[in-house]
Amino acid sequence: MSKGLEGNDNRGARELGAEEKVGWDQVTQGVVLHSFVGESENSAFLKPEEREYNDFNSYTATVASWRIVKPVYNRDICIDCQNCWVWCPDTSIISRDKQMLGIDYDHCKGCGVCVEVCPTNPKSLLMFGEAEETETALANWPEKKKKEK
Amino acid sequence: MAITSIKNLKEFSTNNDRFEGAHLLCPGCAHSMIVRELMNCTDDNLVIASNTGCLEVSTAVYPYTSWDTSWIHIGFENAATAASCAESMYKARKKKGTLPDADAPVKFVAFGGDGSTYDIGFQWLSGAMERGHDFTYICLDNENYANTGGQRSSATPVGAHTSTAQAGSTSYGKKQKKKDMVAIMAAHGAPYVAQLAPNKWKSMAKGFQKALETEGPCFINTVSACTTEWKFDPKDTINVTDLATDTLMFPIYEIIDGHELNILYRPKNILKVEDYLGAQGRYRHLFKSENKHIIERIQKDIDEKWEFLQRREEARI
Repeated sequence: MSKGLEGNDNRGARELGAEEKVGWDQVTQGVVLHSFVGESENSAFLKPEEREYNDFNSYTATVASWRIVKPVYNRDICIDCQNCWVWCPDTSIISRDKQMLGIDYDHCKGCGVCVEVCPTNPKSLLMFGEAEETETALANWPEKKKKEK
Repeated sequence: MAITSIKNLKEFSTNNDRFEGAHLLCPGCAHSMIVRELMNCTDDNLVIASNTGCLEVSTAVYPYTSWDTSWIHIGFENAATAASCAESMYKARKKKGTLPDADAPVKFVAFGGDGSTYDIGFQWLSGAMERGHDFTYICLDNENYANTGGQRSSATPVGAHTSTAQAGSTSYGKKQKKKDMVAIMAAHGAPYVAQLAPNKWKSMAKGFQKALETEGPCFINTVSACTTEWKFDPKDTINVTDLATDTLMFPIYEIIDGHELNILYRPKNILKVEDYLGAQGRYRHLFKSENKHIIERIQKDIDEKWEFLQRREEARI
């Protein structure tokens, strides 16, 4: 045996076809990524802050670097209609107990759908440059627009 | 109560999201709006199968998964097969008493793109429908193979520019009509078949709930505006979908037991199809003078289809 193969001692170790067989209604594990740590409950009954996310869950990752513009949220104008929540493609609108709390900037990609669907006048969500400070953005909020007749 | 109440959007928003962010779908992609809505409209355990397509490749990029439920990735053609086999396995184990929690409600859902539903997985979907498994198949219809660079599929409508049906001096894009998948699925005798759109969130959530509740194979075709291949700004996803439903390019309707057709949304002002076509880059060539007759043809097809749907609804047959 050549030197490079010395550490490889499981070659031909198993008889083909002699491995343990399972019935058609049993699962053999191929590649499974567990979303949660341990035995997971139905996550529909747990708020995100109550869940024990595994490192495999994309919740633990960020796509913030995709953004060049970001939505800024103005609590004073918001009417909690939840339009932004239902249409956010990135699960980035944080909403609890029928109230809009803010934006999850780790998962927001800056698409701007939330601004388009915001029904208030002026809008309670607006897009600003990624480098803009939230305070400056809020200070420069546009006035209420009059209806064009 | 397994199905959550959705009287209004505020109430709907109290559901806990089971589809996580930081998936790699394009900004403004309608796929994730539809998937989120499905997962939010019920609190049952879900077993979801996805076949290859944008949704699958972007939500399970190793080492991450964006799904907080059981999720199976399978080949391009057989999401319907995976979901129906999981359902059979569940039933068998329930009978044998080998399930850890036999009373927990479980729903089986398959997601496919239009490529895998209309073309590549058509035979497998048809088989699963015929076998009558208790599952819901949802087609995320973005009218092309967006995952591989925007090739034409049999869901691509007349006149659209795609990378394999290009518009130019000798062609106006795709020449063939879109396949009527909803009618084909209804012809399988499926108990619930519908075409829904994410901009009408309520009819969509109700349709999903109805499909999940209905025993037997259900099929839902959903309109999924594709910012990359339809060529519009990511922020306009909902605006373009609004135009799609208001021009009746995508009428929203359901067919129960293969014959009882109900129109779920009637636009107050039916817009001309030019508004919808003009909002997207893939139809830009149709506004040249030599292609005007294509727009007329599309409008004529839409009018005929709407007339057909209304008469089907009236006739109740």
